[in-house]
Amino acid sequence: MIAFFALASMAVFGAVMVVTRKSPVASAAYLILVMCSLAGLFALLGAVFLAAFQIIVYAGAIMVLFLFVIMLLNLRKDEYGFDSRVVQKYLGFTFAALIMIQSLFIVGWAVLDNSLNTKSSVSADSTPPLDAGPQEEYLSAETVAETLFGKFAYPFEVTSVLLLAAILGAVVIARRKGVADQEESE
Amino acid sequence: MTAPLEYYIILSIMLFCIGIWGVLKSRNAIVIFMAIELMLNAVNLSLVAFASHIKRILSDLIQRMPAERIAELIESSTASGQVYVILVMTVAAAEAAVGLAIIISIHRMKDSVNVDDVNIMKW
Repeated sequence: MIAFFALASMAVFGAVMVVTRKSPVASAAYLILVMCSLAGLFALLGAVFLAAFQIIVYAGAIMVLFLFVIMLLNLRKDEYGFDSRVVQKYLGFTFAALIMIQSLFIVGWAVLDNSLNTKSSVSADSTPPLDAGPQEEYLSAETVAETLFGKFAYPFEVTSVLLLAAILGAVVIARRKGVADQEESE
Repeated sequence: MTAPLEYYIILSIMLFCIGIWGVLKSRNAIVIFMAIELMLNAVNLSLVAFASHIKRILSDLIQRMPAERIAELIESSTASGQVYVILVMTVAAAEAAVGLAIIISIHRMKDSVNVDDVNIMKW
């Protein structure tokens, strides 16, 4: 419980910092903090394989890609935080806060509803209540791999096609226009 | 003692909404991309939380099942939830690669990453 609150507050703090920092490099650094605390939360939930995956793929690969692009663009200081229009700033915050309140309300409602339901059903059936807590044991990488390559083999193959398309698309989009012409003229 | 499912869902909602705030507020295309990554991560967290608490979610179904099938069902459901997360991560990686390529291309063309400057798709 203490570990959950420590990691959760770290994640929320990091997320707010990602949004509010002016420099994109600082945002990226705080995003790494969020990724690492989420990996800790995955480990708490028993998904140790995903925790490792999260650190390797997100904190490792994707964030390095982000930092690489930030440094490649070599932004000037005045290009860091563009002053957003005041209306947009406050409207954005209000909109996000409204969505948050709405979702929290829905979750709270569902929680209340559910607790009432289980109470009534237990008293009616008089069956021994099922252990409602989370599983104590963690899921091994072996089980995840068996599911990924067994039940989900077809989506897995489709994902590889998606990655191929993304690689080709990234190369084609980011290629400098007329590189071939310059090389020919030189 | 681990935290109950509701706490994870509330944390996931908070992270998602901070992501929405970031997308709406910032003008820097790279920061907008980071906020989108944040939203994808929030959804991943809720997927993993639901997958790990599958016993409680399916409690009504489980009560009418033979005992030996329960463990199998729970394990396969949890693994399925985690495989979804792996697929989401893959899609996020592909999206980040293409999106950052687009940002580089725009920066080369406009010499700016301010999304207000990018209006070539407007009629």
